[in-house]
Parts: sequence; structure tokens; C-alpha cells
Amino acid sequence: MMTVPQTSEKVSYLEAISQALDEEMACDERVFVMGEDIGTYGGAFKITEGFLQKYGEWRVLDTPLAESGFVGAAIGAAMMGLRPVVEMQFADFISCAFDQITEVAAKNHYRWGAAVPMVIRAPFGGGVHGGPFHSECPEGWFFHSPGLKLVAPSTPYDAKGLLKAAIRDPNPVIYFEHKFLYRRIKSVLPKEDFVVPLGKADIKRVGHDISVITYGAMVHLALEAAQALAQEGIDVEVVDLRTLMPLDKETIFASVRKTSKALLLHEDNKTGGIGAEVAALLAEDCFDCLDGPIVRIAPPDTPVPFSTPLEEFFLPKPSDIIAAARKLAAY
Amino acid sequence: MDVAVIAKEIKRDDLLHMYYYLKLTRALEDRITALYRQGRIVGGVYTSHGMEAIAVGYASALERDDIIAPFHRDMGAFLIRGFTTGEILAQYLGKRTGPTKGKDGNVHMGDLKRGVLGFVSHLADNLPVAAGAALAFKMRGESRVAFAGTGDGGASRGDFHEAMNFAAVRKLPVVFFCNNNQYAYSTPLRLQMAIPNVVDRAKAYGMPGEIVDGNDVAAVHLAAKRAIADARAGEGPTFLEFKTMRMHGHSEHDPAKYVPRELLEEWKKKDPIVKAERLLKELGYGDDASFQEVTERAKSEVEAGVEFAEQSPLPEGPEVLEGVFADKADSY
Repeated sequence: MMTVPQTSEKVSYLEAISQALDEEMACDERVFVMGEDIGTYGGAFKITEGFLQKYGEWRVLDTPLAESGFVGAAIGAAMMGLRPVVEMQFADFISCAFDQITEVAAKNHYRWGAAVPMVIRAPFGGGVHGGPFHSECPEGWFFHSPGLKLVAPSTPYDAKGLLKAAIRDPNPVIYFEHKFLYRRIKSVLPKEDFVVPLGKADIKRVGHDISVITYGAMVHLALEAAQALAQEGIDVEVVDLRTLMPLDKETIFASVRKTSKALLLHEDNKTGGIGAEVAALLAEDCFDCLDGPIVRIAPPDTPVPFSTPLEEFFLPKPSDIIAAARKLAAY
Repeated sequence: MDVAVIAKEIKRDDLLHMYYYLKLTRALEDRITALYRQGRIVGGVYTSHGMEAIAVGYASALERDDIIAPFHRDMGAFLIRGFTTGEILAQYLGKRTGPTKGKDGNVHMGDLKRGVLGFVSHLADNLPVAAGAALAFKMRGESRVAFAGTGDGGASRGDFHEAMNFAAVRKLPVVFFCNNNQYAYSTPLRLQMAIPNVVDRAKAYGMPGEIVDGNDVAAVHLAAKRAIADARAGEGPTFLEFKTMRMHGHSEHDPAKYVPRELLEEWKKKDPIVKAERLLKELGYGDDASFQEVTERAKSEVEAGVEFAEQSPLPEGPEVLEGVFADKADSY
């Protein structure tokens, strides 16, 4: 059997993102990066470390502290034919650029046919003691804004392949990269160029009793819970959405039609989150095959708190998934 | 402006070209207003009545491959960039043949092929976007310029500040302008800002600024030309404040009772078309007979547009679903 050449060293989620950027910049001179402190400093999380030396200050642009301004500038450069990749220092700060993203980037093609091929990288998520302004999961705001594509990888493979696909896509894509996974998740990657197509979910664990539908860091919690549940004879399937918009309805429906039970898990607030939409889709399309209630596990409707016991209470835990799965399995 | 300077700096044909577009803008917008009053146009009608010299003056100072991000009272810029009266009227009537195919209305139109960024209602949103277009020009080593503006109201937005600051830091080939017509909807300047001139802000961004008589098409044209030349030469951005007066309501539904009548009377005397005709006469480039001929020519171009727009099909309902995502992105 042919084997795909792999990297000999394991690559972290963070390195995978950095590699994708580096490789796209090397092979396409239209691609450039811009954001706060990404040049000399290499970015708050060091994703673009060494890029300034390699690509120079006009392809690695340190910007003023003005998210709306530099997202707007990226939109203009993208419309002219470049491929900007904007770094939000933290996803939380994307709120400053909300108007440019939802009113200009998202609507330009629909309104007057102007494609906006750009990527906004947004380091999101909690578990890092960031508090209310450095831990947010703001994907819900953009999920409701037609014209944007949203991705949220959970593994180094997906992180690299989805970022490449996002850069090559002719639309504005918000790329939610989870800070908690940056240095914690590693794996070997294919040596050759690869992409993970946008709009395709991935079954991270095949199971037959319950579908856990999730994305981002929660995928790893789901896998941990699934392992424990397997000891009790509950066979969990873990569906990693990977792309939030457009949602891969086909994979979601196929999984739930097989297991007849759906547990929706995410780190964003419960109300009006991605889970709410998936629940509605399942109620509309899979009602006849459901053998139990659609269950959601998500944080309460509060800002992300700072203090350790508060944040631990706030974030979903494997024990929450296990308890909910046991209840659901009993139906 | 000094007539001798104008005679020296602007070619006769260019001045006559500008005069034609002043008249065409006025004729087109008067026709749109009439259609609105007849109930044949729905939605907002924001005209440049009495302010036509700004868009005509700057758009005729730009090269073909430069980019414009117009203010919503810059109809002349669309016309000079080759938007036909038919396309524009189709846009106002919500027809499929308009630049947005019915997806958006009135001045909310654009076309990258003709170098016009689609106007966004959130004023000043297109200033950072234009700075980004200028960034692309600079990165690719192109000798192109972006020309982007908003109004006195839009100058209060954060995006105005963020765009000017970013463009100045990176010395981008962009010219910013403020179409200061003294009212943002009903809000007068004194409630919009605590400074006498918007241009006072240019210094704070580290860029040159200039106050220009916005009702004098020659003055606008020459000021724009200087700023564009500086931008093209790598000198970075300039800020131009065009002083003018909004002679109609915010939109045609608005009688603008909040504007003192004396102020309108005073500005009526400074009408840009009257001013241009006086200049053309002084230069010996035109007389009442030639002006009348231009009026007729503009009128027939507008009427041809009305006919085209009225005969154009409306979009079909399901077309609403088209175009949310792009399947390709070209280079401009």
C-alpha cells in the first residue's frame, strides 16, 4: 500500500496555522498578513514569528490599533485582487470591526457583485484565564450574517487544511482558531500540499448510539467523554462541524439518522448559538428518526468569567457530556 | 477662482466636458425627483442638487484606472465613470438592468470594472476600504490613486479617523474628501463638531489639508488634481474639504424645514451651474445659445435613460437567492 509522506515531527495546532500561512504566502504573492503586533513581535501568539524577515514589511503589515480600519483596508485590498489574511489579536476584538465585516465584506458581492476574498483569523475560546475580553466565542454573531463563511478547526490537520482553503476561497472567511488548542494538540501532517474543503464536517469518532455534534476545542472533550462512555457500552459518534457556515447538513443528518439521538455541544453561550440552529434543523428534517430529545450542552448566558472556579463552572466538562449521554441513552 | 489661472490650468474641452456633466447630473436628478413625486420611484432619493460641482470636478481629475469611493451625493462621479442614465434609472426603479440588479436601490451602486466602490449607507465605511485599495496599488507598485469621501456627518465616524490615520502612517496613494454641506440629515454642523472646519483634523493625522469652494467646479477640479498628483508621486494622502450647501432635504420626502430659508437663498446665488456658466462666458467658451444646446443634449440623454429603464424587466422573486457567495474573485 502506498503511504503518504508525513512530517517526522509532530506539528502543533499553532504550527499548523503558521505553516499554512507561510506556504500560501510563499506560493501566492497576492497573499499577505496584517494585524496588530504581527511583524517585529511575531503576533501575540507567535503565529507569524519570522515572517517579517522573510516577507518584508509590505506583506507583513503591523497596523495601528484600529480593527475596523484595518479590516476595511483588507476589504479594499481584497477587492483589488490581493488575498489579505487579517489577524485579530483576540477574537473578542472583532466586535470593533463588526460593521466592516457584516455590512461591507458580507454584503458587497450580493449587492454589487464585488467579491471580497479575505480571511480574518480570530483566536477564540476560553480555558486560558483570559476573562471576559480574551475568551469569547463570537461566532454566533457572524453565523447570522449572510455572505460570510465561518470555520473552526479542532486538529492540526484541519487547522492547516482549512486555512489554506479559506485563503483560496473567493469570499470573506472568518477562521476561528482555538487558543486552548494552540500548543496542546499535536499530530504528524502530510508533507505535501493539502486542503480541507470548506463546508465539510468530519466524523472524528464513529459510533452508533448517540451523535455528539460539536466543533473547536469541544471536539476533544467529546472524544474524551466518548472513551469513558464506551466503557459503559454507550457508543458515541463525534461529528466535528469544522465549517460552521455553510453548515454540512448532509453529514449532520446522516449521523443523527443513524444514531437517532443528538447531543449538541459548544463553548459559545447557549442561547442563539450554533446548537440552537442545528437543533432546529434536526427538528425540521430528522423528527421522524429521533428517539429522544435534542440535548444541548453549552455555557450559561453570561460573559466568560476570569477566576478559575468561575471559569471551570462556566465551561462544559467531559462529566457534563457523560451525564447527558447517559440520560439520552436511556430513552 | 482667478479666470487667468483657470484658462492656463484647464483645457477648454475639459471645462466644457465638466459643464456637460454638471447639466447632465442636474437633469438626471431633477427627473428622478419628478419620478419620485409621481410615485414611480420608491425608497430614498438623495440628490446632489446644488452640489454637483464636487463629483464632476474630482471625477474628471482622475485617470481611468483610479478608484472612486463616492459620497451619496456624487451622482456626477457615476456618470463620468460611464454609468449610463439608463442603468442609473433602472437602479432607481429596481430593475434587473441596474448595476445591482435590484438587490439595492438608488445611490447604493458600484462597479469594480469602472472603478467605483459601491456606496455603503454607514457613512465613512468606504474610507478604510479605499485606503485598502490604495494599499494594494502601493504593494503592487502601480501608479494608481484612490479618491474617497464622506460628508460632514460621516466625518464623525470612527472609520473616518481610522482610515485617515492608517493611510497617513503608510503614506498610501489616497485622497480623502469631505463633502461639507452643513447638514447631516437635520443635524447642523454646530451639533456635529466643535471645530470650524473639518480640514482642521488633517493636521492631526499628519497630512496636508485644503478648504475648497465646493460650488466652483474649476476650483474642485484643480484642488483634486494637485492632491491626486501628490498621491501618485508617493507623497501620501491629502484631505480636501469641499464647502457647499445641501439645497434639498436629506431625501426627497424631507422638506428640510429645519434649514433657515435665508441660508438657502444665500447659497442659491452660488449655484454651481450658474457659476460655471459665468466662467465659460468670461473665458469665451460659451454663450446662452450653447448652454441651451447642452441643456437639450442632457435632457435627451436622460429621456433615453428613462425609456431604457422603464422598458427593462423587474427581477424575478427567486433571484433574491443569487449572489450571496462569490464563485470567483478577479483582480482590478
